[in-house]
Amino acid sequence: MLNEFRKEVRSWLEENCPPTMRTPMSEKEIVWGGRNAKFPHPDAKVWMDRMAAKGWTVPEWPRVYGGGGLNPQETQVLREEMQDLGCRLPLNSFGIHMLAPVLMKYGTEEQKLEHLPKIARGEIRWCQGYSEPESGSDLASLQMRAEQTADGFLLNGSKVWTSYAEESDWIFCLVRTDTTVPKQQGISFVLVDMNQPGVKAEPILLISGNSPFCEVFFTNVKTPKNNLVGRLNGGWEIAKALLTHERQWISGMGLTEEEPIENYIKSKMGADAEGRLLDLAFRDKLTHFHLDSAAFELTLERETALQKAGHSPGAASSIFKLYGTELNKRRYDLIVEAAGFDALSWEGEVSAVDHVKTRTWLRTKGNSIEGGTSEIQLNVIAKRVLGLP
Amino acid sequence: MTNWQISDEEKLLKQSAEEFFREKLPVSSLRYMRDRNDQVGYSPEIWKEMAELGWTGILIPEEYDGLNFGLRGLGVVLEAAGRTLSPSPLFSTVLLGGTILQAEGSESQKKKYLPAIAGGKLLLAVGTEEGLHHGSQKIEASARREGEGYRLSGQKKLVLDAQSADKLVVLARTGEGERSALSWFIVDRQAPGVTTKTFRLIDGRLGCHLELHNVSVPAENLLGFEGKAAASYQLLQDAGAAGLAAEMLGSATAAFEMTLAYLKERKQFGVAIGSFQALQHRAAHMYCELEVSRAAVQKALSAYDSSDPKRSLYASLAKAKVGQVFEHVARECLQLFAGIGMTDEHVIGFYLKRSRIATELFGNNAFHRDRYASLVGY
Ligand SMILES: Cc1cc2nc3c(=O)[nH]c(=O)nc-3n(C[C@H](O)[C@H](O)[C@H](O)COP(=O)(O)OP(=O)(O)OC[C@H]3O[C@@H](n4cnc5c(N)ncnc54)[C@H](O)[C@@H]3O)c2cc1C
Repeated sequence: MLNEFRKEVRSWLEENCPPTMRTPMSEKEIVWGGRNAKFPHPDAKVWMDRMAAKGWTVPEWPRVYGGGGLNPQETQVLREEMQDLGCRLPLNSFGIHMLAPVLMKYGTEEQKLEHLPKIARGEIRWCQGYSEPESGSDLASLQMRAEQTADGFLLNGSKVWTSYAEESDWIFCLVRTDTTVPKQQGISFVLVDMNQPGVKAEPILLISGNSPFCEVFFTNVKTPKNNLVGRLNGGWEIAKALLTHERQWISGMGLTEEEPIENYIKSKMGADAEGRLLDLAFRDKLTHFHLDSAAFELTLERETALQKAGHSPGAASSIFKLYGTELNKRRYDLIVEAAGFDALSWEGEVSAVDHVKTRTWLRTKGNSIEGGTSEIQLNVIAKRVLGLP
Repeated sequence: MTNWQISDEEKLLKQSAEEFFREKLPVSSLRYMRDRNDQVGYSPEIWKEMAELGWTGILIPEEYDGLNFGLRGLGVVLEAAGRTLSPSPLFSTVLLGGTILQAEGSESQKKKYLPAIAGGKLLLAVGTEEGLHHGSQKIEASARREGEGYRLSGQKKLVLDAQSADKLVVLARTGEGERSALSWFIVDRQAPGVTTKTFRLIDGRLGCHLELHNVSVPAENLLGFEGKAAASYQLLQDAGAAGLAAEMLGSATAAFEMTLAYLKERKQFGVAIGSFQALQHRAAHMYCELEVSRAAVQKALSAYDSSDPKRSLYASLAKAKVGQVFEHVARECLQLFAGIGMTDEHVIGFYLKRSRIATELFGNNAFHRDRYASLVGY
């Protein structure tokens, strides 16, 4: 049965995946979808649309929501075959990895039918309205107001560090709907169309020289009642559930590097005839990284296998978030250290590859901040996994 | 593909092994051996019970009366033994001896020795290393042909369980060359010219320095082909590293659990010390390191059983990673127990001592990092 399916998948991919979409993908080439989607290569759109038509941008989702309706084994087969052919991920988004899992669990049928297919087809791009200027790690202290009106909510306040807000169509927001109760109990989870007056996203320049994130201002913005997910004032539980998905997603970043790190390092630092790095101290440092990275990859592999069998990660997702992001930072520390002078220039002379690496090095510093800082993950592990007081 | 699910059989084995070692060979048994100046190194009665449970035959194929449960199965038992630092001939006889005999033994040698191991009736010790570290020095113990047999001379720096072994499996040089001229021999421990000098290891167990002076070994005790031991030596390194990693993981996990309990129970400044964030974060770090170590160990054991082409890579990964983590955890635990942890009366010191020994055996962390890097190709 599964072998039949594998054959079908293989021949479909061979026929439908454009050869240009079978090469390693840089961060700039990631397809995020949305009304203003950018496709660095025209084939990227062809590829996304073809996969979406099969439901294979989100293969394990039910068909009614735009998924492929595949069971875990079939999903695995699809992944393996895509990997084997080197097919790029057709679509990646906050919608898929953060919002959808909680909509599936907490959303009404109407909400699911409205939003999930658009996420699956890459039609609507979502961003995450959690952090505020005065509420970072202490997220539950958030203050953006949502007043109840006859037909919905009136929003006032601001969100900050909102990744990709400028390019997004909708935002899922945590808002304060009750100020008279303990902070966690007065929060609601609402969906807001950003294409309306009163929503303003202002880009913020990052140390990497890019400005993918914004401060978003809301002035008398309306959102109808049916955009409330879950109960009124029941948003905190959903917020936390979404964070576990986000953390797990972030933890896998850096594992899909185009080339093995040692190849780049060799090209910069030199190796002997047998391929052994000449700088033995650096070689040992690289190995420390490699061991942690390899053990972590195996841990994720195990976790994925166990989750398919019904095991739920919960607070343990903090382990992956913490470990994965700290590793990714170390990866890029090693890369720029190996590149020496070549990693010092902001623009000009050196190759584009080196510039991307240097800027990625700067970007990775945010990995242990976004989605909850490493210190917060350590708190979660200590309290909720280890049961410390 | 590694099967990450723990089967019901494995769960049962884990449970019964943990219970067994907790009851029969708790940490206090090490102290008891040490304080009585025991010269045997294990308890024959308990070893008999282990044989009855089938653990002595866990690696051995059914045709030789074993259970054929693989290194993954033995890993479960070793991890459980590691939790209580239980001393037994399991590692030397079942893992090391059994591995070499299965890899190199002729049909008649296998028939003679494997069922005896499985039955718990034959104890083995394996001697390979001659320097201060595993792999640090060329093998110089030599085997000279003489008449129908061989004459063995040389020394082995640290051989576990040689004092109580019936037979020694010894790696010796039968020609010149880096690796190409090594051979395995089965040597009777009682044979004239064999000396085992025992000494107390820091964790209370016994270690042995083995000396061979012109020991006569009959030709039938050559294991495998003369000069062709390199491949099975590597196999032994992988099995030894992966098996030890499993045992060390058990030890490190138990030390951590003990410390975690102490963090919840010890009060200072009117509160449990586990409420201090500085300590919470250290505990959380240890926990993460143990989690990723566990995946590495599971992979190394499975890769060994399935003859994965990356078998050696995963063995080195597991040994180096767990080695580093065990040493880290042991240091941290000692610091967190503080004064009481420094006393001989408390068990945590035994874990620190064991971490030093286990890390040094079958390739220390630096050895396996170097091996890993070479296998990856940089
Ligand atoms: C690249 C990037 C992308 C982001 N994208 C988004 C997004 O799309 N949407 C969104 O809502 N947010 C986003 N964020 C925001 C992110 O979630 C917050 O930055 C983060 O939660 C930390 O909040 P803060 O920056 O206010 O730091 P603070 O909370 O002020 O923390 C400052 C320091 O204090 C430490 N600290 C705080 N509390 C504790 C404690 N209890 N114990 C120990 N240490 C503590 C922190 O670990 C940190 O080191 C993004 C951030 C980055 C860097």
